[in-house]
Amino acid sequence: MNKKTRILIVDDETAIRESLKDWLLEDGYTIDLASCGEDAVAMAEKKNWDIILLDLKMPGMDGLETMEKLKEARPETEILMMTAFATIDTAVKAIKQGAFDYLVKPFDPDEVDMQIKKIVNHKQLVMENILLRQQLEEKSRYDEIIGRSDAMQEIFDLISRVAPTDSTVLITGESGTGKELVAQAIHGNSRRCYMPFIAVNCGALPDSLLESELFGYEKGAFTGAEYTKKGRFELADKGTLFLDEIGDISLKTQVDLLRVLQQREFRRLGGQDLINVDVRILAATNRNLQNAIKEKRFRDDLYYRLNVISIHIPPLRDRKEDIELLSEAFIRRYCIEMNKEERKITPNAKKLLQDYSWPGNVRELENIIERALVIGRGDKITEEDLPFSKKTAPLPPLPKSLKLMEKVHIERVLSENDWNISRSAQDLGVDRQTLYNKIEKYHIKKED
Amino acid sequence: MISSISSNHIIIAPIGSVIKDSILTQLAEFIYDRCGLECRIEARVEIPDTCHNKIRGQYDSKEILKYLISHSHPKSLKFIGITELDLFVPILKYVYGLSQINGQFAVISLHRLYPGFYNDPPNPNLFFSRIQKTTLHELGHAFGLTHCREKKCVMYSSIRIADTDMKESSFCSTCFELFKWHRENAK
Repeated sequence: MNKKTRILIVDDETAIRESLKDWLLEDGYTIDLASCGEDAVAMAEKKNWDIILLDLKMPGMDGLETMEKLKEARPETEILMMTAFATIDTAVKAIKQGAFDYLVKPFDPDEVDMQIKKIVNHKQLVMENILLRQQLEEKSRYDEIIGRSDAMQEIFDLISRVAPTDSTVLITGESGTGKELVAQAIHGNSRRCYMPFIAVNCGALPDSLLESELFGYEKGAFTGAEYTKKGRFELADKGTLFLDEIGDISLKTQVDLLRVLQQREFRRLGGQDLINVDVRILAATNRNLQNAIKEKRFRDDLYYRLNVISIHIPPLRDRKEDIELLSEAFIRRYCIEMNKEERKITPNAKKLLQDYSWPGNVRELENIIERALVIGRGDKITEEDLPFSKKTAPLPPLPKSLKLMEKVHIERVLSENDWNISRSAQDLGVDRQTLYNKIEKYHIKKED
Repeated sequence: MISSISSNHIIIAPIGSVIKDSILTQLAEFIYDRCGLECRIEARVEIPDTCHNKIRGQYDSKEILKYLISHSHPKSLKFIGITELDLFVPILKYVYGLSQINGQFAVISLHRLYPGFYNDPPNPNLFFSRIQKTTLHELGHAFGLTHCREKKCVMYSSIRIADTDMKESSFCSTCFELFKWHRENAK
């Protein structure tokens, strides 16, 4: 029935070993035999089984001692103890020590069949679980962070060294550089990877809300607190708490946070009991915290607590060698999502992408690639598919004179609307006649 | 009884107890019908006391097979022993039958195939149907087949009598192909 399931039968009685072997062979299992515990342990050094059927009472090394040694050598192997009525108490003891279950000799055919199938199903579930975890691990490794530049290679190296520790990490970088992805990669490669990764955007929440989000509250702690709610610190217990935009929190919350980081305990709002948590803190900011300290907007003691290890992600304009690789990765991802054929980028479009300054960093590049794939009709991404093809790449220096500024602006709007006077006038918020007057006044001419 | 005997025939013989001729004859016809193998019914084979376990009040099927292997030298493809005795193997409380996987011998017990064993009223058709299925199942093992996942296939594991009653008295298409392959290679 299941040729892949390997079973070892350990029993000092030949008749038991042989008859069980015959019975199990009929179901197509692969069977090995050992006549004593010592032989089984020696065999386990070289060979692995899915299930071991182990007699409890044997001369020499008995079943319990054999099980202990087998479990040491092969912890993943499930052991079914075989026992006579007189030793059921010991069999129960064996289960407490790690045996899967026990069978009373002689077996009821129904029972042995059911127990073995139960183990096979259990092992299949365990295997599926391991595979899913491996997939998750692989996904959380580094594949979301892309870069061949030296700067990114250094970051990968740093993540791999920092992740296995419990150290607090401060991740800095401009908006859109991928700070949360770095935090996820650290969590995904840490011993906490199977526990929660909880992210809080501190900058997005008003002070009072942030406090209740972080620490939770007891029922009745404030108007509207109709039930007790766990905070993010509690939710992240045994896992990782990622505090994004940490530079934006108020001085009061900074004090509360500092207390938790120092003492690893806190109270819910309106609560009396101290709650202990085991949480790894990762924080991120796009602000210059040292300047904020000078300006008394950020506590230096909190800064030093957070900045045990720092990882700075350079802006995209400083690692232009990554643009092509990132673009290709985003094209692959979105083409799969949109169920489209994968597209290439024309050399001219590549040049535009390379020359652009990327103030919004990787997030902006991602958005622009997604947009190009949505609006583009050809089998390649061309400069026409890029929003800054005519507008911003590269922009001429802006004139300082107000009059000249008006002229440049009108030229730009007309160009964007292919010299459609009605649409251009509408965009500029003037009537068509006014626009004609301005064109005449500034001697604006349509370019070929 | 099948009249013409070939070298590729199967022997059916009562073991340790009397079995009605009508059962043996019908069984021979059934095997010929299902497997295309001719059968010869032979005289009863007595078994030694060593096969009897007084404590359990049953007969050790493995010992019976061992005895047959050492004392019978049939010039047949397979040898199927039929007995009224209640059979067991040392590790199990009972068995309906036992074969040498890919070997020459098999033994089938009628003891637990009677509806009366389960306090059900006599039902000759049901009883004979159980004999057919158990015999074909053990013959399948003797030809090297293992248990089948298909519940209707005769090679599905019969752990309870209900399993036997649920399955059909024939191989599923896959097991039949395997059976034919083994049969051709055994000749």
